[in-house]
Amino acid sequence: MVRGHIEALIFMKNIQVNSENISCQAENLADLLTELNYGDAIVATALNGDFVAQGLRASTPLKDGDRIEILAPMQGG
Amino acid sequence: MKDFYGTKLETPFMLGTAQYPSPAILSNAFKRSGASVATVSLRREASDAKAGQDFWQLIKELNVHILPNTAGCHTVKEAVTTAHMAREIFGTPWIKLEVIGEEDTLQPDVFGLVEAARILSEEGFQVFPYTTEDLVVADKLVDAGCRVLMPWGAPIGSGMGLNNVFGLRALRSHFPDIPLVVDAGLGLPSQAAQAMELGMDAILLNTAVSKAGDPAKMAEAFALAIRSGQLAEQADPMQPRDMASPSTPLLGKAFLD
Repeated sequence: MVRGHIEALIFMKNIQVNSENISCQAENLADLLTELNYGDAIVATALNGDFVAQGLRASTPLKDGDRIEILAPMQGG
Repeated sequence: MKDFYGTKLETPFMLGTAQYPSPAILSNAFKRSGASVATVSLRREASDAKAGQDFWQLIKELNVHILPNTAGCHTVKEAVTTAHMAREIFGTPWIKLEVIGEEDTLQPDVFGLVEAARILSEEGFQVFPYTTEDLVVADKLVDAGCRVLMPWGAPIGSGMGLNNVFGLRALRSHFPDIPLVVDAGLGLPSQAAQAMELGMDAILLNTAVSKAGDPAKMAEAFALAIRSGQLAEQADPMQPRDMASPSTPLLGKAFLD
């Protein structure tokens, strides 16, 4: 138990999501959305300022210090 | 009416979706406006918040064309990335391109605007640039691939109307074949009518409707004014003159001295 917990901590990444510091286990962007419970929500993603298309999220690895933006439809003029 | 990147609009009215008192009032305003286009945006949303998802559902039910914007972007990079995100979410190549250069007036950074317009046009976007009435900038936007121009009437949300009628008239004369949309700064329907009388092809506004005491009624008022101005322009208005000219025929007038 303890060993598993320590391993989990070791593999946690410190990243920023929408400017908020969080720790995650996700290895890639698709897993991160799942981990953060976005489910089927319609969102678009960017990694370190660059757009990441939906189809590329699973092949986009995450590392410490990454900045992720998750945006949803909103009112606009 | 000119087409917008191959799309014929049913009415020359583009309406924003921000700042309404409630989703129901937004929906009512759209119905009474007869607007053909709704502008939308992208913002951060936590996974447990559903406002954005609900909003998108409501907009889809309006059955209008969707024009996503890059509002709030201050750099070319921000605007281009936002445009890519918007294209994926909203499923349209249309983008209302805003690159803001100055905070007090929300005046476009026209240098960044031209650069972003070129990048996006080359990537297949159909760019609706929010710009000033500057002819040289407009020329460069067209050169960058824009086939629609959206000059401001006045600063966003100011309600001042058409600050530079001469500039808009010059733009119209200079670009007879490019659809021109007055975007931003209108406060009253009469100002929208004036813009259409100048030969503009459409009106884009938000605050004047959403911040009115009765947004749905104001939406209809704008729709009527836009139609009125459009009809007037098509009817080839008379030229103003300095001296009076009697409208009642003098022939046959009685001599009663």
